[in-house]
Amino acid sequence: MAVLVQAEDFDVGAEMALITTGRADIGALVSFTGLVREMAGGSEMVLEHYPGMTEKALEKIEADARGRWALQDCRIIHRYGPLAAGAQIVLVITASPHRAAAFEAAEFIMDFLKSRAPFWKKEAGDGWVDAREADEAALGRWT
Amino acid sequence: MQVLYFAWMRERIGVPKEEVETSAETVAELVEELKAREARYAAAFADMASVRVAVDQELTELSASLAGAREVAFFPPMTGG
Repeated sequence: MAVLVQAEDFDVGAEMALITTGRADIGALVSFTGLVREMAGGSEMVLEHYPGMTEKALEKIEADARGRWALQDCRIIHRYGPLAAGAQIVLVITASPHRAAAFEAAEFIMDFLKSRAPFWKKEAGDGWVDAREADEAALGRWT
Repeated sequence: MQVLYFAWMRERIGVPKEEVETSAETVAELVEELKAREARYAAAFADMASVRVAVDQELTELSASLAGAREVAFFPPMTGG
């Protein structure tokens, strides 16, 4: 189990290996990687966050996911600072004996991360990104 | 208490955080006190539908009590991921 909030990039394969190395009881390993999309306003964005609260919010989301699904492991990495188009921004990895739990838990974590973890995107040229109603609405399916 | 601002709230108010002496009992009362101070606060808090609040790093509501609170943060809806 781990929550990491960092400026540095991450290696998806290496992060998955951290979960699977030395054990053979995992049947499903799901990973989601979010990337910075190229925007009309420019090719770079800056991600601001709330140090301290960010970690707590992500840990709570992870704990909530573990309360709903029997996960064998879970890893959440979210970057902050300046990020160019194409850069990796977020990684969620979930492990479970069978695929349904790992798939569903990864989606649950991403849905809550989008609108409950204190991150704010600012695009070069276009300013602060507005929250999407669709992201808030996505939480409804988990209640 | 420490009051923190993020994203465009920080830009409109002009500081990332400040120490605020207040007798406000709720977040809503604190917002009214701040708005009465200067135009930059009134501008930042003009549309409360776009303002989220955390007390001691937990998301909460405007009606939340400030009893015992050490840190209050104001920010726009979050856009991570």
